[in-house]
Amino acid sequence: MNHLGDNLRRLVGLYRTMARIRAFEETSVAAHKAGEIPGPLHVSIGQEAVAAGICVNLRTDDRITSNHRGHGHAIAKGADPRRMMAELYGRANGYCRGKGGSMHIADFSVGMLGANGVVAGGIPIAVGAAQGLKMQKSSAIVTCMFGDGAVNRGPFLEGLNWAVLYRLPVLFVCEDNGIAAFTRADSVTVGPGVVARAQALGVAAASVDGNNVMAVDEAAQAAVAAVRRNYDPHLLHLRTYRILGHTSTDAAAWRPAGEVEEARRRDPIARLGAVLSERGLSAAELSAIVEEAKAEMAAARKEANDAAWPQPAVAYEDVQDTGAVAWSKYR
Amino acid sequence: MVEVSLIEASRRAAMQEMRRDPRVWVLGEDVARGGLWGQYKDFVGEFGAERVVSTPISEATIMGAGLGSALVGMRPIIEMRIFDFTMCAMDELVNQIAKIRYMFGGQAKPAVVVRMPHGMWRNSAAQHSQMLETWFAHLPGVVVVTPSTAEDVAGLLVQAIRSDDPVLFFDPKDLFGVPGIIAEEIEPIPFGVARQVSEGNAATVVSWSAAVPLATKAAQMLAEQGIKIDLFDLRTIWPWDQDAVIASVKKTARLLVVHEAVEVAGFGAEIVARVIDAVGPGALKAAKRLAAPRIPIPFSPALEAELRLTPDKVVQAMKGVLAA
Repeated sequence: MNHLGDNLRRLVGLYRTMARIRAFEETSVAAHKAGEIPGPLHVSIGQEAVAAGICVNLRTDDRITSNHRGHGHAIAKGADPRRMMAELYGRANGYCRGKGGSMHIADFSVGMLGANGVVAGGIPIAVGAAQGLKMQKSSAIVTCMFGDGAVNRGPFLEGLNWAVLYRLPVLFVCEDNGIAAFTRADSVTVGPGVVARAQALGVAAASVDGNNVMAVDEAAQAAVAAVRRNYDPHLLHLRTYRILGHTSTDAAAWRPAGEVEEARRRDPIARLGAVLSERGLSAAELSAIVEEAKAEMAAARKEANDAAWPQPAVAYEDVQDTGAVAWSKYR
Repeated sequence: MVEVSLIEASRRAAMQEMRRDPRVWVLGEDVARGGLWGQYKDFVGEFGAERVVSTPISEATIMGAGLGSALVGMRPIIEMRIFDFTMCAMDELVNQIAKIRYMFGGQAKPAVVVRMPHGMWRNSAAQHSQMLETWFAHLPGVVVVTPSTAEDVAGLLVQAIRSDDPVLFFDPKDLFGVPGIIAEEIEPIPFGVARQVSEGNAATVVSWSAAVPLATKAAQMLAEQGIKIDLFDLRTIWPWDQDAVIASVKKTARLLVVHEAVEVAGFGAEIVARVIDAVGPGALKAAKRLAAPRIPIPFSPALEAELRLTPDKVVQAMKGVLAA
């Protein structure tokens, strides 16, 4: 696609990133259904514009903290889907040697400081990482991804206050899919919303359509620049929708008929596809991007399914240097 | 060598390490004012407000921000002011700090020191007096330091700051004024090596933190009666010096563990179980614990005194073990 201008090339890149996230998660859901992937699997199908639109604006040395629904964040930040898939399978070559699984994927080499199994767990870590980077006079920033449920936890208040107090380079991203586990977020959250909460603490904040990747990209570009330039924390509230349930085995059947179908019409990938068509990309070109992503993830699935399990002794490693217990004692 | 109080020893140790390593910083409530206990006096003047950070009363973020800084290569001293406030930061400590190296397959080594002054002190009542160090010995991923002397506080704090492991450092509040002699240049003391306070064949006594001076006094009282015991200050309860304790019990066949924390499911239970496992149940004439009843710490001096260990109580327990 060398004929494309810079702007169009950026949009194609976003399309590819979203297609890869979608393919990764659809592949992992299928593998979970087939009994190949154990444990809970929280997927972000329908929310891909958030990860893609934010992370396209980040450098490799920028850090992110993520949450339990973090596959997209990792892929968009540059993590290798093969090692991610191997981790979901619990295999030795996974990112965490099979000790983390879906909820704890991390790749420090690309600045991905880890998904997190505790809602809002990444917020204090993010502000501390930013504080460390500031002390080191680094120009890197930290982006902190959390959901609508996190704004009702104490660390949200503490972390935003902290970031403003010490003027830390943090971009807070509230990925609002409207549902906190099995409960409508607005049914348990009072007041005018996360943007107002952030503004009350002096954090510059804006609400954006999180299913419009071009809007997310534009807002993130401005916010990242401001955070990097002035150590001025920002918050972006990105409204999106979770197509599947809380976990891949949760049908979320309590949602009224038509709601999901309606949401599918706002699908971020299809929406960007329509824009790209208008700008001259052929159906074949778009389809090739999607098919390539599917093939990449199918190969990752096969490779993971064939990969070696970790040796039992690995369970005893990476605990601590002093005071670690020896595998030999427990055989 | 210089004679200083225990808390001053800790101040000198932290200052030495902050001079040595620019990655070390301290965060916690009032630390730029010297800290609640004066343990960071003059730090902000020397190291500046960016490395000596007085924080809001946001325990979860004090703990979690320390961790976050470690993930980008800093070495924080996370000051909890009083141990009991750590309860507000348990997710960050238990689910994050203790797990992050393991969950991520070794990608992160969270080199944090968490300082948590613990124990009874001047009638501070139920939320400012607890000793729950056993909880953390139970928690994989952390080192648990429980010193009782100025010398050990200094050497173990240096070791803690240099360690790549998360170290939970329980400063003994009630002993902060007790003097000791430390070197001008403080050397690290390795974790997991007990300090033998006294030697003898009559019994083995194991203790740590604020109970140590009481056990020491009790051992002296018995020595005056010609009864000599092996008394160990474990200094760290994870790792703990199993070799020294087991070797001693093989000699004495009598074991007493003395700690200020609640007896039920306290770390004394672990010590007794490990020793029995190592020497065999038939090899022991006695294995006892002297510790607190399972009640909160009351306020009134009359009630707190009821809970406090004394040298006399320790002597009585020792005699019970000797008579068994």
